Amino acid sequence: MKKFIQCAFFSTAMVASAITQAHSLWLLPSETSKGGKGGWVTFDLALSTELFNFDSGAPKLGAIQVATPSGSLSEVQNAFEGKLRTSFDLEINQPGTYKVFVTNSSLNARWETADGKRGFWPARGEKADPAQFSTAVPKDAKNLEVTQSTRRLETFVTLGAPNKDALKPTNQGLELVSVTHPNDLAASEPSEFIFLIDGKPAVGAKIEVVEGGSRYRLSPGEQNYETDKNGHVKIQWKKTGIFWLGAEYKDNKATKPATVRSGSYSATFEVLAE
Amino acid sequence: MLKKMLIKQSLFVGALLASGFASAAGLNISVEVPKLNVAEYHTPYAAVWLESTEEGDKKTVKTLSVWYADKKREGGGEKWLKDLRQWWRRDGRTLTFPVDGVSGATKLSGVHQLSYTQGTAPLGNLPKGNYTLFVELAREGGGREVVKVPFTWPVEKTTSLSASGTAEVGAVTLELNP
Repeated sequence: MKKFIQCAFFSTAMVASAITQAHSLWLLPSETSKGGKGGWVTFDLALSTELFNFDSGAPKLGAIQVATPSGSLSEVQNAFEGKLRTSFDLEINQPGTYKVFVTNSSLNARWETADGKRGFWPARGEKADPAQFSTAVPKDAKNLEVTQSTRRLETFVTLGAPNKDALKPTNQGLELVSVTHPNDLAASEPSEFIFLIDGKPAVGAKIEVVEGGSRYRLSPGEQNYETDKNGHVKIQWKKTGIFWLGAEYKDNKATKPATVRSGSYSATFEVLAE
Repeated sequence: MLKKMLIKQSLFVGALLASGFASAAGLNISVEVPKLNVAEYHTPYAAVWLESTEEGDKKTVKTLSVWYADKKREGGGEKWLKDLRQWWRRDGRTLTFPVDGVSGATKLSGVHQLSYTQGTAPLGNLPKGNYTLFVELAREGGGREVVKVPFTWPVEKTTSLSASGTAEVGAVTLELNP
């Protein structure tokens, strides 16, 4: 765990650009519904072109966090960092829903200098310290774009009946609020979610839904949605399976010195038979 | 081959039911666990439950019987109850096992008789209305199937209904007694 925290912030910018090149970042649980007294669930975290295969690496995004059914925090065990995936285990022993997640935020700037060269901050692989913004970015920078980005990666596991204590939004970054519980998804029923950006409805967020097993399909078969004026979206799964949902949001309501606010969210959902 | 056998057995059960079980108001249900010729056979987990046709808060869901590996040490058999997927989502996940008068051991292939009396647990007092009887069987290393029998309660005279599965569940008969 400690190791995760120390090596925390890889370049979020790099991951973000990878996403646009048809890569998905995902957190996959071995199962999402447990019975009896519970037990262990194992998870993989990876970046890939094919869902859910390990083909592109495992970015070090920061500490893996766990919210338990009572809403308190817990820790994962047996973390392993491989070339293509990061894996860890979690003991599920309280009735209700666990949320396993990773979040991070970053600030980056790009501009053109007086003599037409491109500048960017922070340097690749480094984490920006907002306090250094004024010294790092030249005063005469042209076409300055400063982006404040947040990223959240989640998945959910329930022992017995689902509950929502672990699902409360933090009102930071792009978040999913469940109308339909994420561990109560059925192929025959639409699922409704609300997306929030810093606690307010994320209007017009772009949502993409892709089923796992893309290696064995001729086409990616993604579904695209957009959130309405209330940040609301209704997903039709149409079949059982394991699905990846990615959401992207961008506006200009950033906190200074940022000019652009961008939020990225992805989650893995298991859709079961009715 | 299997089909023929199913038909024969259900006829037999029908005769058995007609020849008269308890006359008290209630439900007599027979569930056939088919004999399957597979290399590795485990007796199926089963759930028998009722649902009223209303939606939302008015909906009644009553679990009548559950068969599972109830003798496994440290509740080891309970963890697979979730594989009775439909029942798990409708009711199972909210129950604590074992459930008195409801849960018991898995059953061998054959026809199993279940009887529930109006006014007595687990049926309790079933209000007037439209219902569906569900019988779900799931087998380790095998498949899962749900058979449904819709019915209206109460009845004026003894009424027999039936349905049949195609793989994991054989004939299901429901006898409603006034």
